Amino acid sequence: MTVTELVSYDEALASYDPVMGLEVHVELGTRTKMFCGCSTELGAEPNSQVCPTCLGLPGALPVVNKAGVESAVRIGLALNCRIAEWCRFARKNYFYPDMPKNFQTSQYDEPIAFDGYLDVQLEDGEVFRVEIERAHMEEDTGKSTHVGGATGRIHGASHSLLDYNRAGIPLIEIVTKPIVGAGERAPEVAKAYVAELRELIKALGVSEARMEMGQMRCDVNLSLRPKGTEKFGTRSETKNVNSLRSVERAARFEIQRHAAVLSSGGTIIQETRHFHEDDGSTTSGRAKEEAEDYRYFPEPDLVPVAPSLEWVEELRGTLPELPRLRRKRLQEEWGISEHEMQSVLNAGAVDPIVTTVDAGAPADQARKWWMGELARRANEDGVELTALPITPAQIARICALVAEGSLNDKLARQTIEGVLAGEGGPDEVVEKRGLKIVSDEGALGTAVDEAIAGNPDIAEKVRGGKIQAAGALVGAVMKATRGQADAARARQMILEKLGVEG
Amino acid sequence: MAGELIKLTAAELAARIASGEVTAVEAAEAHLARIEAVDEKINAFLHVDREGALAQAREVDAKRERGEQLGPLAGVPLALKDLFTTEGVPTTAGSKILEGWIPPYDATVTKRLKDADVVVLGKTNMDEFAMGSSTENSAYGPTANPWDLTRIPGGSGGGSAASLAAHMAPLAIGTDTGGSIRQPAAVTGTVGVKPTYGGVSRYGMIAFSSSLDQGGPCARTVLDAALLHSVIAGHDEKDSTSIDQPVPDIVAAARNGTAQGMRVGVVKEFRGEGYQAGVMQRFDESVELLRELGAEIVELSCPSFTKALAAYYLIAPSECSSNLARFDAMRYGMRTGDDGTHSAEEVTALTREAGFGPEVKRRVMLGTYALSSGYYDAYYGSAQKVRTLITRDFAKAFEQVDVVVSPTTPTTAFPIGERVDDPMAMYLADLCTIPSNLAGNSAMSIPCGLAPEDGLPVGLQIIAPAMADDRLYRVGAALEAAFQARWGHPLLEEAPSL
Amino acid sequence: MPGISREEVAHLAKLARLELKDEELEHFAGQLDDIIGAVAAVSEVADDASVPPTSHPLPLTNVMRPDEVRASLTPQQALSGAPAQEQQRFKVPQILGEE
Ligand SMILES: [Mg+2]
Ligand SMILES: [Zn+2]
Repeated sequence: MTVTELVSYDEALASYDPVMGLEVHVELGTRTKMFCGCSTELGAEPNSQVCPTCLGLPGALPVVNKAGVESAVRIGLALNCRIAEWCRFARKNYFYPDMPKNFQTSQYDEPIAFDGYLDVQLEDGEVFRVEIERAHMEEDTGKSTHVGGATGRIHGASHSLLDYNRAGIPLIEIVTKPIVGAGERAPEVAKAYVAELRELIKALGVSEARMEMGQMRCDVNLSLRPKGTEKFGTRSETKNVNSLRSVERAARFEIQRHAAVLSSGGTIIQETRHFHEDDGSTTSGRAKEEAEDYRYFPEPDLVPVAPSLEWVEELRGTLPELPRLRRKRLQEEWGISEHEMQSVLNAGAVDPIVTTVDAGAPADQARKWWMGELARRANEDGVELTALPITPAQIARICALVAEGSLNDKLARQTIEGVLAGEGGPDEVVEKRGLKIVSDEGALGTAVDEAIAGNPDIAEKVRGGKIQAAGALVGAVMKATRGQADAARARQMILEKLGVEG
Repeated sequence: MAGELIKLTAAELAARIASGEVTAVEAAEAHLARIEAVDEKINAFLHVDREGALAQAREVDAKRERGEQLGPLAGVPLALKDLFTTEGVPTTAGSKILEGWIPPYDATVTKRLKDADVVVLGKTNMDEFAMGSSTENSAYGPTANPWDLTRIPGGSGGGSAASLAAHMAPLAIGTDTGGSIRQPAAVTGTVGVKPTYGGVSRYGMIAFSSSLDQGGPCARTVLDAALLHSVIAGHDEKDSTSIDQPVPDIVAAARNGTAQGMRVGVVKEFRGEGYQAGVMQRFDESVELLRELGAEIVELSCPSFTKALAAYYLIAPSECSSNLARFDAMRYGMRTGDDGTHSAEEVTALTREAGFGPEVKRRVMLGTYALSSGYYDAYYGSAQKVRTLITRDFAKAFEQVDVVVSPTTPTTAFPIGERVDDPMAMYLADLCTIPSNLAGNSAMSIPCGLAPEDGLPVGLQIIAPAMADDRLYRVGAALEAAFQARWGHPLLEEAPSL
Repeated sequence: MPGISREEVAHLAKLARLELKDEELEHFAGQLDDIIGAVAAVSEVADDASVPPTSHPLPLTNVMRPDEVRASLTPQQALSGAPAQEQQRFKVPQILGEE
């Protein structure tokens, strides 16, 4: 492998204009596979969710999953695509052991959805329109495990083991038109596009789109052209970039690598490349010289799909509010800035906050907890917010306890800690840890009396009209009750006992 | 007794079983004994499932004793082409690459036969993956024609047709991609029907060319074919190309044969160079007979039929190159070269090289070529346009006539070995049958006499529109009755005894 | 129409995963050349825009099934024809190519 000395990002952008194409595969969350009735449930024993069809046994035939087509149409509509009135499946022929029939049933020149766009919002609020070339239906492959090599990688493996449970799970492939004009923001656009697409897919409810589970996978195609020229350069195709951050890094790396090659007089070869999470680099995969000839032809075992206008309109009626518009609405409802909304989005906190608000919490409180305490904790644990062992309903309950004066901020924080530690729900934690604010007159009165007795100088100042000095007495009460006192009530009692008006 | 049983038609045998005159076990044993006695000479069966057949026959007898209602073919033995999967029973498609493969599932046709209590005797020989017109492309040796053991029984379903002609079974199942039911029927003096495409489920029928393949009945009489046809036909949700409409009443049509008032088309493109004189003589006599039976004969021209063979030899190989890709030595079937020194890719190539015969390789490469980038439009794309033209020609013809007739094959059975290394000569055997596969309509072959010059059977093809399979049976039954009245006996009685 | 060379046959064999022997290459080159010569007649209609291609013999559309789980094979049935197996998976020789 030749190591190319990268040029700096700014230098690269000074001379070249990046052109990007993004291909995203989304695994649908249908109950059954695309062309057979096998379950798609995760975590099953190997080869226990296969049948003659998805195992490619001689004689077996495919039948299209209606929910797969519905999902494809809904994704197409949400991406502002035109929906084909008539389209066919096609066979993409190539041999690979993880593909039982040695052809992938896919779509070729007649995708079910085409010519759309997705508006994505960049960090500074700028909206960038990404044009969609097509969205088409296809099927996933089986899974191979490589045995005998040092690292479970393909190289050096003595043999491989194949599990076909995943073979035939529906995929929607979404391909952008060449993304031009993003300039130095190309990597950011790439990330924002994939993020927005993921939000959209989740909002549609067609997939959980969890990138870390391979339910959504992205290929980044990138080329550079000298600034001011029209013609696209030769592209590289970086395969299976499987997180938002990686999408950005891969695009950035390839810009720098292409620039280095081009400015030293070299040529880019069209090839697939692999992305490495550890250092953010890409390395050469298979060169495309041995040009794949997929010999596409219409799938004779399946009849054409011709979505009727009525059906398409019916499906259009099921579309949810688009994520970008919803965020806009929420931003206004919550009364926060665009920048703050962007942080909420980046933290994956939109849905938890909405659910918490729906459960009765004030928006600012819900946002405070999810973006503060909980975001910090998720970050520390390296998990998604929604993976924390606390629910929006529990956060809403804690907000309610604060509002009724049973908890203050500090106690609320301790309650959250207890819930996260698995000690039970908020009420249970408050009960077990004895976190309830001390507001009963007797106990509080004693603490107030003690505070006045222990700080005669201060008490005298207050009596003399220096009301702000009462804060020190409140502090003493809080200290004595280990923070569990209702501070406002304590202050009120101190003033009463010292005979001054609050 | 046994000798008599094997001569019965399926309808007669079923009636005797239903009445208790004969048991299903006796019927099965008589046919198994016949197979034992003569199949050494014919090689019609690749696998005889003696135990399975007898068990199934016993079940039929038990049902009868319990007083249960039996189907119209209950207890009748049948020979199943080895292209259909049979759970627990070896299925090879005539190929070495599937030697020893035991499917874990039944084809829909297999299932419907079992459900109808038809007794499956075994699996019949065929050209490898149904590619051929002579059964010489079987990896398990050729099948001989019972009329002359040095001649081919047709193909790809030579085993099924020969098993009928040699009285090893009264019924058989074939598949017809370009004539593989009709051409063997013609050269063995039996009846074969290619139903309308989509009329019989393809689920579990090992695919050769998906848009052309169609399973169908083989029998010794038109009525038997109709009875079998109605057992296997009908919508199947496992086959997306299956027609979701009622099957026309073909059994009633076969019982009420008539040509009276029928308009019968004779297509001028179905004659000329390459047609044997004796074949044309019997064909012309058949047309004359139809006229005598009250049919109106209409001369037609279907100009695009001259390109049918060319279109077929692009479409079928293209689809097969993809359909046969699954035979890669990874999940089932033969594996060669897995000695630790070869990669999966190499093992696949070594296995396919060793496991496929020359005709399969030829077609796989031809199809790979026709689909390659740069050639697709000129070859595969154009062939599909020809397909449109042929469909239009048929549509026009059927505006004028109810059925079209032609010779089934241009010649009678040719000698084994004669065309085996001359693909183009071999392909001509399907000249008259291919247009119906391309258009998807229905067609039948019935015996219409022996060619004077060689004394071998000649087949008459009857072609009907899609979903009008009943017309085949109506005309076929009328002709069959008229021929037998003329000959005084079924044609097969003139075959030499084995 | 162009003839087909031995090299082209070798390329086709590679695409089709057939490890052809030398003498087969020679033999098939001749035969494929004949066949292609004979079937090339279809390309006369290649440019006729009035003739749409027919991919399916019947005009069926929208054949779909509900998204309902049907019984799969058991792993034992699925693996019953496997040339080799290990850990309830199909065991295959090393796979060359991409990771
Ligand atoms: Mg794809
Ligand atoms: Zn399945």
